Amino acid sequence: MNKTLSLLIKAIARDAAICGSYKSYSSAALYVHWPYCKRRCTYCNFNKYIQKSVNHERMKQCLIKESQTLLQLSGVDKITSVFFGGGTPSLAQPETIKSFLESISKHISPHSQTEISMEVNPTGIEMDNLRVFKAAGVNRVSIGVQTLNTEALHILGRDHTVQESIKCLKMAKSLFPSHVSLDLIYGWPGQSLDMWLAELKEILQICDHHISLYQLTVERGTQLFKSIQENKLKLPDSDVTEDMYLQAVDLLDQNGFERYEVSNFAKEHCYSYHNLAYWTGVDYIGVGPGAHGRFTPRDKGQREARIQTLEPDNWMWEVENYSHATRKCIPLTMQDQLEELLSVGLRTKSGVTHFAWSKICPKRSIDDLLLHNQKVLFYIHKGLLVLDHRGLKPSSEGMNIIDSILPDLLIALQDANNTAIYNKNK
Amino acid sequence: MSGSLFWQRLFLHRWQRQMKYLTKITSKNALNKNLQHRHISTTLQLLNQSKPLQFDLSSFPVENIRNFCIIAHVDHGKSTLADRLLEITGTIPKGNNQQVLDKLPVERERGITVKAQTASLIYRYNDQDYLLNLIDTPGHVDFHYEVSRSLAACQGVILLVDANQGVQAQTVANFYLAFEAELTIIPVLNKIDLKNAQVEVVSDQIHNLFDLDKTDILKISAKQGTGVEEVLKAVIERIPCPKFDKTQPLRAFVFDSWYDRFKGVVAHFAICDGIIKEGDRILCNSTKKNYEVTEIGIMYPDQVSTGVLFAGQVGYAMMNMKNTDEAKIGDTFYHENQTVKPLPGFKEAIPMVFAGMFPMEHSEYLQLKSAIEKLTLNDRSVQVRMDSSPVLGQGYRLGFLGLLHMEVFNQRLEQEFDASVIITAPNIAFKVKIKGEKNIKQYGSEELLVLNPCLMPSIDIITEYQEPMVNGTIISPAEYINSITELCLNHRGCLKDQSYIDDTRVLFKVLFPLSEILVDFFDKLKSLSSGYARQVSLIDFYINFDYEDAGFEITDLVKVDFTLNGREVEELTLICHVSRARDMAKRVCERLKATIPRQQFVITVQGKVNQKVIAREDIKAYRKDVTAKCYGGDITRKMKLLKSQAEGKKKLRMIGNIEIPKDAFIKILQK
Repeated sequence: MNKTLSLLIKAIARDAAICGSYKSYSSAALYVHWPYCKRRCTYCNFNKYIQKSVNHERMKQCLIKESQTLLQLSGVDKITSVFFGGGTPSLAQPETIKSFLESISKHISPHSQTEISMEVNPTGIEMDNLRVFKAAGVNRVSIGVQTLNTEALHILGRDHTVQESIKCLKMAKSLFPSHVSLDLIYGWPGQSLDMWLAELKEILQICDHHISLYQLTVERGTQLFKSIQENKLKLPDSDVTEDMYLQAVDLLDQNGFERYEVSNFAKEHCYSYHNLAYWTGVDYIGVGPGAHGRFTPRDKGQREARIQTLEPDNWMWEVENYSHATRKCIPLTMQDQLEELLSVGLRTKSGVTHFAWSKICPKRSIDDLLLHNQKVLFYIHKGLLVLDHRGLKPSSEGMNIIDSILPDLLIALQDANNTAIYNKNK
Repeated sequence: MSGSLFWQRLFLHRWQRQMKYLTKITSKNALNKNLQHRHISTTLQLLNQSKPLQFDLSSFPVENIRNFCIIAHVDHGKSTLADRLLEITGTIPKGNNQQVLDKLPVERERGITVKAQTASLIYRYNDQDYLLNLIDTPGHVDFHYEVSRSLAACQGVILLVDANQGVQAQTVANFYLAFEAELTIIPVLNKIDLKNAQVEVVSDQIHNLFDLDKTDILKISAKQGTGVEEVLKAVIERIPCPKFDKTQPLRAFVFDSWYDRFKGVVAHFAICDGIIKEGDRILCNSTKKNYEVTEIGIMYPDQVSTGVLFAGQVGYAMMNMKNTDEAKIGDTFYHENQTVKPLPGFKEAIPMVFAGMFPMEHSEYLQLKSAIEKLTLNDRSVQVRMDSSPVLGQGYRLGFLGLLHMEVFNQRLEQEFDASVIITAPNIAFKVKIKGEKNIKQYGSEELLVLNPCLMPSIDIITEYQEPMVNGTIISPAEYINSITELCLNHRGCLKDQSYIDDTRVLFKVLFPLSEILVDFFDKLKSLSSGYARQVSLIDFYINFDYEDAGFEITDLVKVDFTLNGREVEELTLICHVSRARDMAKRVCERLKATIPRQQFVITVQGKVNQKVIAREDIKAYRKDVTAKCYGGDITRKMKLLKSQAEGKKKLRMIGNIEIPKDAFIKILQK
């Protein structure tokens, strides 16, 4: 083959890759952040604001405006899922949700069941709104039950009761059958393994098809952190929390719940499609104060990590004046994207597929870039990682300790990248 | 340093160090600032008086010369007495002198003297001028080496005892040094002005312990100057003059040497016979090297050039030497073309305690190297060897005379050179005898000194082990007899003697293996009396301890190896007495368990003697290591964390599959 021809073929291949990717980039998931809460949970360090009077109308206009701008900017024409998170999005007026969803309706395919999720706190008022939210277009709810222990609810600073949780669950199940998720927190001060397993069994009696389990993490600057520093509260030992997690995984498995991600369990494939988007490296647009997004702007060739202005008032001002409040755009190199894909993908049962990998790096395969490393081979040999025709995924044991494996994968990737550059220069 | 060379040159030898110290601590605290002013005023006064001498050195016949030193326990007022003697004799102006002879910052800070110093004083007594050469000695027996040098240049000593604290273990050790050197001893009780002074009790102690006549004991307060004149008189009356002759051929005895950044080596000479002048060509007995004396003089108390020194006198000389090794302590210098009988030299100081010193960062190695080189120029008793460790990188293994010596060295290293170092836990040198002609040939001799446990020969060829011993002296209130006896026995001590030195206090003489007192013996001893020490007066409750070298003794040693999942960790290898092996192994295993983080698999930590496991700890594998939440908004933060973990992982040390954080072994190796 002569040189010109080979160059031509390469160029064609490259164009094809770009076209291919362009097509897939034209759809994205949409995250909407509602920044307000009624009260502060003792463990929460999220971007939330406790405000007596919220200007709902202004927020609504801004959310709509920013989403329009970002959809325009990203060139996304199809929204695959919507997620209202927070803060406490169930404190938003149903009318806000309704108008917002209407404003993006042309991007949502009317035929497919596009997942539109909302986080809900199981307090009385929010419960009453469930039906209205459904009418507004929400078709999946995630209920912040957290725990069925009254004392623990108090420690965590939650403003609902156990009874409210149960009632809310019941209602949600009737409104959104098989589309109700609930959040649980384990490892709170005073919780024993037995208490946890008993609680989980109780939950299994009343839950729907999706459960998220989170080990309580104590973040700096929270009230809980202070209490623990001052020895007023004591967390369970790491031995105990290990057992809490591993035995919960077993128990859920026995009850038909599949661990499809480290903290997420689903019955009968009722996954959260929105969250799966994050873990499979799909583009997502973040709207609202402090929301994060990842997409390739139409006018740029490179994918970006984008963060919106944090503080609600500033955010609104910027949206009103500049149509959007993106505070920071971090361009992601191919290397960055592969690192992110590995780091989030290997938290899921299905791992990183060859297809997802090739969309970022069409020229070099997973095998190419990772298998040169002894540590990676060791993990595969030990059965912690599985590499097959579908892609690279963690085994169940591997998923349990994936945080200790990931740094080695990143090192392998970096080494490969350095050699690749070296080879290219040569 | 901010100053110009001009000032440095002016202050020269002794004051340059102080200047450096002064400029360095400006920011430290007000107290130090206060001290500084005093020093500066002293310095200036001294500068003013460094004029030509008012007297003629040749006018002092040998009969009018006295060479003496002061030996005392730390804090018993030796430096204050020296200051007072210098003042009374007009060597330095009166007032606000603070330990003129202690020049090193560490000496002032810790109240101890590390380097031997000398000063000449003129004192008029019975219408005659006497030349008194005061040789200041280090107080601690770790500096035995320096003490014995100083003693060799003296004919008498002032044995200074604090009337409040009484005779201390260290006083006993120092007394025997002087006693063995057959020097005249003048017992002096200091601090009699203080409320708690127990003049009678302490006089009894001196009498009982040293067999000195109670009427010979002088009672002074160096701080207030009470009785200090009497000390000078006693020095002249009781101490014999040096028995040397200036008509004989020159014999100059080196009792100290000092490296000066500008002038090269400064040797301290005791002139035994003859006369030495500037411009003389002199020969070194051990090397037969030839030098020209470029400057000679006395310490008054600063270097004052006199151009000549006569028999019996003590002073300094410079002769364009570049290395203190050329002016070895104990060496004799004499004139060219003369044959003289050299004076008996000293034994080389044998290092007893070894420790690794490594730079905190590899990049600081050269800095550490030059710092150690400079410091050892003035402290030849430190043995220096290169060392490298897989954990700590390139560094040094230094041999010290004792623990205090090591601490002082480290402090000087940090103070004078701003070098921050990692110091490994101290270990000591053992001796082994080996068999087999081939082995002996390979190792060079039948008896080997083992400094680094890793380099110990195979046990199959070892026929005998020896460990260094020390003679410990403990003085304590009688009520602790039982607990002290128990403590000594637990540290493999052998009680040699036990006697009352007064009504309430007991002196123990105990033979210890050096390794037993190396780490926590002092602390345990101290804790026996804690809680009482502040009550009533110090003398009643104070336990003190000192020790001196007592050679090697045959013993039973084992080498303890440590393994992580079966792989040996060389740098943790240690040698210890067979009875200690299990405890030591257990302690190291426990510390390893505490410092090595849990990993994806179980880590078995074992301590072994001859492949037999004597201690074991398991580090459990973690079964879960994963963050709970990772959604769209968490990814950026998560990536940051993972990347820093990946960077961290690159720096980990691997032993098999086990990842060891860099500081894990350091934590174990460190004291």
